[in-house]
Amino acid sequence: MNEQQSKKLLDELLKKYRDGTLKPSDRLNIPPQPMPVQDPTKRRKNVNEVALGYTEIQACLEALRCLQCKNAPCVQGCPVIIKIKDFIAEIVEGNYKKALDIIRENSLLPAVCGRVCPQEVQCQLPCTVGKKFKNVCLSVSIGRLERFVADWGEKLHDASVPEVAAETGKKVAVIGSGPGGIVAATNIRKTGHDVTIFEAFHKPGGVMVYGIPEFRLPKAIVQEEIDQLKKMGANIVCNFIVGRTRTIKQLMEEDGFKAVYIGVGAGLPIFLGIEGEHLVGVYSANEYLTRANLMRAYDFGKGADTPIARPKTVAVIGGGNVAMDAARTAVRLGAEKVYLVYRRSEKEMPARVEEVQNAKDEGIEFHLLQNPKRIIGTSDGLVKAIECLKYELGEPDSSGRRRPIPIEGSEFTIDVDAVVVAIGNGANPLIGQTTPGLALNKWGYIVVDENCKTSLDGVYAGGDIVLGAATVILAMGQGRTAAAAINEYLKNKK
Amino acid sequence: MSHKILSKKQLCSNVFMADIEAPLVAAAAKPGQFVILCLSTAYSERIPLTIAVSDPEKGTIRLIWQAVGKTTAELAELKVGDKVENILGPLGRPSHIEKFGTIVCVGGGIGNAPLLPIATAMKKAGNKIISILGARTKELLILENDFAAVSDEKIVVTDDGSYGKKALVTEPLDEVCQRTPKPDLAVAIGPAIMMKFCCEVTRRYNVPTVVSLNTIMIDGTGMCGGCRVEVAGQTKFVCVDGPEFNGHQVNFDLMMKRIQAYKKQEQQAFEEYKRHKCKIGLDS
Repeated sequence: MNEQQSKKLLDELLKKYRDGTLKPSDRLNIPPQPMPVQDPTKRRKNVNEVALGYTEIQACLEALRCLQCKNAPCVQGCPVIIKIKDFIAEIVEGNYKKALDIIRENSLLPAVCGRVCPQEVQCQLPCTVGKKFKNVCLSVSIGRLERFVADWGEKLHDASVPEVAAETGKKVAVIGSGPGGIVAATNIRKTGHDVTIFEAFHKPGGVMVYGIPEFRLPKAIVQEEIDQLKKMGANIVCNFIVGRTRTIKQLMEEDGFKAVYIGVGAGLPIFLGIEGEHLVGVYSANEYLTRANLMRAYDFGKGADTPIARPKTVAVIGGGNVAMDAARTAVRLGAEKVYLVYRRSEKEMPARVEEVQNAKDEGIEFHLLQNPKRIIGTSDGLVKAIECLKYELGEPDSSGRRRPIPIEGSEFTIDVDAVVVAIGNGANPLIGQTTPGLALNKWGYIVVDENCKTSLDGVYAGGDIVLGAATVILAMGQGRTAAAAINEYLKNKK
Repeated sequence: MSHKILSKKQLCSNVFMADIEAPLVAAAAKPGQFVILCLSTAYSERIPLTIAVSDPEKGTIRLIWQAVGKTTAELAELKVGDKVENILGPLGRPSHIEKFGTIVCVGGGIGNAPLLPIATAMKKAGNKIISILGARTKELLILENDFAAVSDEKIVVTDDGSYGKKALVTEPLDEVCQRTPKPDLAVAIGPAIMMKFCCEVTRRYNVPTVVSLNTIMIDGTGMCGGCRVEVAGQTKFVCVDGPEFNGHQVNFDLMMKRIQAYKKQEQQAFEEYKRHKCKIGLDS
């Protein structure tokens, strides 16, 4: 449908809508609006954002697809319980400001979440429209609508700074400036507490800055959120690693912090544990993406000092969002062939459907039901090839996904110059090692109660360091829960 | 917070020393630990440098570095009063300091810098210190007097015989290991190849040996795994599991290949930097 046709359709629909004659069947007949994207051949050569965002016409058409169900099953699917049908209704009315305010009641980072949330397994999974068509991909595109509203707000620089209550003088430390830390800090600061965020890297933003690439989440959006926090009067201290620069005990006993939120993420890369993993050209996804994103290695020689390998053929191991990010980064760094090697089938991939599609459109070759057995190197210690085994799927395992089983004798090799391992992260042990009395589970993650409180008084935690590798929105949800608990705790604390 | 350079000295042709304001790091630092330094936030790389001395009272740390690449050369260009934007630390596990008895401390080239705080702490803990200091040539030998102050015995060797004995450090190390009683511990810090051969010597005499590894790093906090080495067949991260390891268990051959990974790009960046510097006339 071209713009003119869309406009015509929208006018007809809006007329019916205003007359009160718009029937659910009319809504179901509206074609789902595709996300406009940068041309795949062009975007292979730049780091600009791929998904361009809905136009107003598209947003309104998509919003009209929503049936405005009384029970709003979508809301149950949202980790932060955004009043989805209400904000969508405001889009139809053209009240974008109101729509944004409704989202902001529950989510602080709509521009981020609209882009990186796995909506197809959250709000869009129980959507009645998707159920009707028996296809979750045909649900109302709630994430794209959320992004539309957030971008509209940002264009107007309507980043109205949240109100801050009278200063309480009580100091709170937030460890880590990722999505959970930002949300916790904002909500604690709102109450008037004196919040300081400690970040180990030299730039704040956590995974949104070092991990998620520019082409999926522009850094300017993250920066806007950080600036907002600063305007609210929160302190952000970079180059400060809690556990080494100061311990939690020192922060609380010597530096006067009354409460602490630990949102350090789970940044300890897991390797495959196979032969050849020390060869030059084998990266953890963390290293590969940090070089590319945080350190801007794609500008090496043009200002940036951090180098990165620019191989012709790359194998990325894994099937999550991080694997897609790494594979698509490799394309942009000039790789001619990029293979994505995943030991299950596409159905089991944890990556967002949209990113899987984007990766395919950019020419990434999927090698499903395969997994490397060893990495083969040259005599100089450089990667030359990977030897893989073919897999088949057995019975579902504890994760509910069908267990991949290697097929004996199915070895074959793929020639590659680099391997990026994107199979997940474990818990960084530093906080645990340096905080006596902090209870950890057997994987090293921090144990918390339903209020995100740890075993220590005044110490709260959330995000990946509690949940294991999760998502931006789950981290934000916990940041919010912890902030509420900290605000409550401080009420009675002198 | 940025970090002001309070004093600076050129130790030899391309080795520099500076005392830099970093009160939090200075207050927490212990021998064997390092910092990650990033000159400017937008585009600079992050490099690990060992803390040679920390002074919690003055709130300063002393860094010693060799200008061998773009960032180290840029750092060498900074003057007293200039600032370094980012210093993160202290990182890594501190050295295990206790009274072992006799310790032979072997330093090669720039390795003398990270070795000095360990030798100093070990001396303080009541150990007898035998220092073996090696350099390519006399001019490149650093911190000799500082070592003299904490050593019970000091042996100097140079590759070209311009100072001390003409030998590699492994020669006097072998001789020291043959003494009765043999040393209780060896600490060897220097180029990977030197540490590798030192470990081969001490292994023959069954002298436990600690090495401090300087691998490629980005975050320095365990997040990237770029610094990984094989120790006793296991993957270890130098930044959080080290930087010190049992030298007899380190796979040096693998490590030497990994630290060469960006040789070409580093060279390219350095050449580019030097050319640029000439052009704008800084190279006086």
